[in-house]
Amino acid sequence: MARLNINGRIRDIEVEPDTPLLWVVREHVGLTGTKYGCGVEQCGACSVHINGEVRRSCGIPVGTVKPTDRIVTIEGLSPDRSHPVQKAWAALDVPQCGYCQSGQILAAAALLRKNPHPTDKDIDDAMTNICRCGTYQRIRAAVHLAASARESPAARGPAKA
Amino acid sequence: MNKTIGDKVASRSRRRFLAGSAAAGGGLALGFQLPFGIGAAEAQGAAAGPEINAWVVVKPDDTCVVRIARSEMGQGTLTGLAQLVAEELECDWTKVTTESPTPGQNLSRKRVWGEMSTGGSRGIRTSEDYVRRGGAAARMMLLQAAANQWNVPVGELDVANGVITHGASKRSTTYGKVAAAAAKLTPPDPKSITLKDPKDWKIAGKPVKRLDTLAKVDGSLVYAIDVSPPGMRSAAIKACPVFGGKLVSFDESRIVGRPGSPRAVRVNDATVAVVADTWWRAKSALEVMPIVWDEGPGAAQSSATIAERLKDGLATDDAFAARQEGDAQKAIAGATKKVEAVYATPFLAHATMEPMNCTARITADRAEVWVPTQNGEASLAALSEEAGLPLAQCEVYKHPLGGGFGRRGGTQDFVRVAAAIAKQFPGIPIKTIWSREEDMTHDFYRPVSQCRMAAGIDGGGKLVALHVRVSGPSISGYLTPSVIINGRDDRQLQGYYAKPGDAQLGYTVPNLLVEYALRATHVPVGPWRGVNTNQNAVYMECFIDEAARAAGTDPVEFRRGLMQAHPKHLAVLNAAAAKADWGKPLPAGVHRGIAQFMGYGSYSAAVAEVSVSDKGKVRVHRMVLALDCGHAVNPDQIAAQVEGSVAFGLSATFYGECTVENGRIAQTNFHHYEILRLAEMPKVETVLVPSYDFWGGVGEPTICVVAPSVMNAIFAATGKPVRSLPLKNLQLV
Repeated sequence: MARLNINGRIRDIEVEPDTPLLWVVREHVGLTGTKYGCGVEQCGACSVHINGEVRRSCGIPVGTVKPTDRIVTIEGLSPDRSHPVQKAWAALDVPQCGYCQSGQILAAAALLRKNPHPTDKDIDDAMTNICRCGTYQRIRAAVHLAASARESPAARGPAKA
Repeated sequence: MNKTIGDKVASRSRRRFLAGSAAAGGGLALGFQLPFGIGAAEAQGAAAGPEINAWVVVKPDDTCVVRIARSEMGQGTLTGLAQLVAEELECDWTKVTTESPTPGQNLSRKRVWGEMSTGGSRGIRTSEDYVRRGGAAARMMLLQAAANQWNVPVGELDVANGVITHGASKRSTTYGKVAAAAAKLTPPDPKSITLKDPKDWKIAGKPVKRLDTLAKVDGSLVYAIDVSPPGMRSAAIKACPVFGGKLVSFDESRIVGRPGSPRAVRVNDATVAVVADTWWRAKSALEVMPIVWDEGPGAAQSSATIAERLKDGLATDDAFAARQEGDAQKAIAGATKKVEAVYATPFLAHATMEPMNCTARITADRAEVWVPTQNGEASLAALSEEAGLPLAQCEVYKHPLGGGFGRRGGTQDFVRVAAAIAKQFPGIPIKTIWSREEDMTHDFYRPVSQCRMAAGIDGGGKLVALHVRVSGPSISGYLTPSVIINGRDDRQLQGYYAKPGDAQLGYTVPNLLVEYALRATHVPVGPWRGVNTNQNAVYMECFIDEAARAAGTDPVEFRRGLMQAHPKHLAVLNAAAAKADWGKPLPAGVHRGIAQFMGYGSYSAAVAEVSVSDKGKVRVHRMVLALDCGHAVNPDQIAAQVEGSVAFGLSATFYGECTVENGRIAQTNFHHYEILRLAEMPKVETVLVPSYDFWGGVGEPTICVVAPSVMNAIFAATGKPVRSLPLKNLQLV
């Protein structure tokens, strides 16, 4: 039995404590925006926020998650795709196949929370999730765009390429 | 399990499609059932509209629903095809949505949507004509309906953005208002349809936003791996780690009583599955279940034995000579300078981010799959065979793919495996997911290959003779052995063709011999984004740089001297060189390399700017890619494909390698099958030079110039040619 706070809702789930949080979120809670990519914390498709930090949920046994830990999945990032990162991703048409993008967006959101004005080097260091389609150039541009949009709503215009 | 996933899986687009189909009546209602208990009443109650023709449904609120037959796997074909239909339809682009007919519907309507297969960068270029005609025919019918209503000649009407006007009487109406009447009209004679000149395009040819982005930024897009039909159980599988090996036995008693009520079943002669209430429980049980394999003779194979076999192919005298012009061997023997080099490239896995998966539900008289597929009709055929049911009793629900890259096309092993499992649990939907490890070690790999190049250069520094010998497994020979007779497989020489239009060699060499020696391996091979252009461009373009150096000529000038009879290749080479300031100074330590090649009907060239540290670490700073794909339907999405192709190509250049140990693939996950990450991504500049006199592909053509341009830049930096990949294995300085 696990008690989890996911996207602000408390849920009690009958599950073995060694089950990775990823599979609890996907198969028991039914939030499928969090993706399985590798199962070994390499690719980041399973990224979620726990207490504001981006974490790879495939490597977290659910039994180690406290009921007070605040888990946020892509579905809980904003109610209406209004998070600056989501808006920047849409403005620049970042996704191709899209499968890794929940994780990329959550990684970017966590970066900007800590560091509202990241340099390219900061983005290099923080954005380590794999995108097989190779959307990295647009991910970088979208992180910068989101940073500028957070700074000033007036800056939320069309992005530079 | 909860209901929310089941509800979600009745994806919006499918629900809309079903609704539209039900209302349209006629043939569309044939041959499929509503998935996941969506009631007919609900389906019919949703916003619907008349079908003007197979490609276009117009709803009363003027929404134009464009039907897309090809698969979307990130490459943007869905948006591009919708642009082409909308362009001819003259509708309001902001009111365009899309839906995908199923393979069963295509079959029941005599394949009105044509080919559904999505590979070889053909999604747009081989359907552009009929989808544009579909849009134009719908426009003509909508206009005719308005003309009939107003009793005026159709020639007096104007249309823009889905608003029809009659200037003389100052009347206007909209597509939504005349759609019901238009749907009843006889379609125009296809011969009477004139398509627009691309110079008049307003929607096509423009960098409009993708239609499928929003659901990819909030996690709501339902990939096949996300479906959950009511009562679903999940399967984890294990296939014999050695290709060609067999499953001998497994001990199900050891997993009885574990959580999720796991059951073990034989899938085929090499694969076992465990089925449980969740995939994690199935996989956990599978991992503790004893399994006995007969690994078979393949277990004696390794990368070393395979390399030896390929090396033999470089010297054999029974190779297939695909091109023999002049006498290359004699001319090389008599040349002023001779250049020789042997190159090698490894097996590569596709590693789509969404692992292989397929959900199947099979009863005595019906079989269905929910699947990410590049070829829905091949999925239908595979399902029919595996389920033992006629095609008409089978259906395939195509979901957007979390990556394809050629893995989800012809082989359909994922459908066969899922169906073979589901057949043993009649009526219960079973979702089979490959673990990343299973996915990576049971792929259809990009073939390993070697190439021996030899050239003769005359006293004037001109390349007068070239001998190309490629050795390795054949994709066609593996997947469709009956079509390859005596090793005569032209496809393995993709990019070296004499014939124009598809993958023509851009050089004129008076004495040319191009040969292929088929050397099969026990490792399954298949198409991998760009297929054989990737390896063949490495061989040709790196060797051309070696020849240029031997001739004492600048690599761009050397190429230009060989390309005068190939103006389209040359124009793209020149475009890349100009944009990259070829010949102008660079910062200290940075060097350029260039490559050009043709594949999938398109012309590509790349310039890489690279530095090599004194410890041999390579950094790619900037890449300029030029592309002539004929017609550019969405320049921004073409740029996205080019950017992605750089990442895909650089992953292979730096890291990509599947090695064989004891008959099996040694790399099991991303920690030793590394993929390029953001920090290593260079700045990519895309130069589009569409000549608008042909239709070329986009998804694949530019990958093949990435590796050789980088390798040539390293050659420029170090003076040592790079002759094998990946770079991680090489001591460069």
